[in-house]
Amino acid sequence: MDDAVILAEGLTRRFGDFTAVDGISLSVARGEIYGFLGANGAGKTTAMRMFCGLLKPRAGKARVAGYDVWTRTEDIKRSIGYMSQRFSLYDDLSVVENIRFYAGIYGLGRREVRERGDRMLEELGLTAERKALVRSLPPGWKQRLAFSVAIIHEPGIVFLDEPTGGVDPLTRRGFWKMIYRAADRGITVFVTTHYMDEAEYCDRVSIMVDGRIEALDTPAGLKQAHGADSINEVFLRLARQARRTE
Amino acid sequence: MDAITIRQVSKAYAAGRTRTEALRGISLDIGEGERFGLIGPDGAGKTTLFRILTSLLLPDSGQAAVNGLDVVRDFRRLRTQLGYMPGRFSLYTDLTVEENLAFFASIFDTDFRENRHLVQDIYVQLEPFRRFRAGNLSGGMKQKLALCCALIHRPRTLFLDEPTTGVDAVSRKEFWQLLKGLQAQGITIVVSTPYMDEASLCDRVALIQQGRILRVDTPEGLRRGYGRRLMAVKGPGMLKTLDMLEGVAGVSDAYPFGEHVHAVVADEGVQWPEGRAAVDVEPDIEDCFISLMKDGHG
Repeated sequence: MDDAVILAEGLTRRFGDFTAVDGISLSVARGEIYGFLGANGAGKTTAMRMFCGLLKPRAGKARVAGYDVWTRTEDIKRSIGYMSQRFSLYDDLSVVENIRFYAGIYGLGRREVRERGDRMLEELGLTAERKALVRSLPPGWKQRLAFSVAIIHEPGIVFLDEPTGGVDPLTRRGFWKMIYRAADRGITVFVTTHYMDEAEYCDRVSIMVDGRIEALDTPAGLKQAHGADSINEVFLRLARQARRTE
Repeated sequence: MDAITIRQVSKAYAAGRTRTEALRGISLDIGEGERFGLIGPDGAGKTTLFRILTSLLLPDSGQAAVNGLDVVRDFRRLRTQLGYMPGRFSLYTDLTVEENLAFFASIFDTDFRENRHLVQDIYVQLEPFRRFRAGNLSGGMKQKLALCCALIHRPRTLFLDEPTTGVDAVSRKEFWQLLKGLQAQGITIVVSTPYMDEASLCDRVALIQQGRILRVDTPEGLRRGYGRRLMAVKGPGMLKTLDMLEGVAGVSDAYPFGEHVHAVVADEGVQWPEGRAAVDVEPDIEDCFISLMKDGHG
């Protein structure tokens, strides 16, 4: 596939004699929302770190945003966005300081930072709070800001690692609308979540068990193949076969 | 008899010039032997309420009692009767599984061997790792060890603060099975969770948001009390469907819900565009929460 933003073939990573990621293959198209599911310890984080250029594989091939994960990790880091629930914004910097900081890291010029920053604040309805410390923002606002900051450099792909943990159902849905809009603009979204209803919002979903991808299809296709009513059911069925714990 | 009574409890935190109202006059009764869920997002006040009920934090105003013991006045006696599993892993990471259990047992003047039968079901899963340091356990095993330590003195009341957050769907299911077993032993269980689908696993739940209780009811009662007409609309395209619904008269709200979009609609006179199928659906706990939030209770 030529327009694949992520392309992996037999990607493998071992730690000592433990194979965390065991020959996974997948291809994610431009503008696709791809749900990357798996039980705790199935190998999701290790796979994601390889895709982000943070960890070298031991075997297999992968290209992210057109760059080889073996040799072009710095180019990968510049071409992606990343957001997780645990690490995203600096609590003791203000809203605008966080925007400047991340935009600076991604090499945006001073004028670009100001223009994009102002537009972002307006879209988020945070213009009045621009000087407020991020710590003082409600969790939902923080999360939307974190997402916007993660894509401030208009990357081809954004990795979201459990981005919606612990927020209320309205905020969670507001957040998914932002994801749809980003995907609509052509940004590929690669997302992990423990909320199984969110798996249904993805264009395609894979489920990892013991380091391998055991299922990969559209949500509808997965449900049909497993004769299940929900992704939750498919997930429980596959994840129960796991031999290893974290 | 009520195991827990909470009357007009308020608590605020001040940090510099900002003041956060964590709890705004909460009142609630929880029955003996009940499995009670506190359901709400981060920042709703769940942890503050737990810390007040376990006598670790003083309320600014209001009263609360657990098993007839006042959380402020009778804290010494109260602490021997309750088990508490905080949201953050707080056991000793450099002690082994066995050492942690022995330590917590000794604090309560008891002996792990003597009380082992209380936690037998959970301990069998931990036993293979008994000589592992707690810090080296997997997330699921840490959670089970924390539960064992909280139960070691046979508490009458068990407080579990978000025991399933960040835990995958399989482990979550197993954990709720364990709780069911504990309830059968007569232990009152108060458990908080941000996962709305876990509400249906409780006898009763309180939906909590921004320091206020939105509603207290059985999961079934919540659903019955929804009081609106809800329809499920299916794609193609979530964003397109949502944008389309914004323009449909009679639709007061629309949001993604699994593979469908849920639309809150007026009873009569909704004009669906050609080719768009919509079916009536029963509300889920999450629909109830959304509706209560939008009513401005939040």
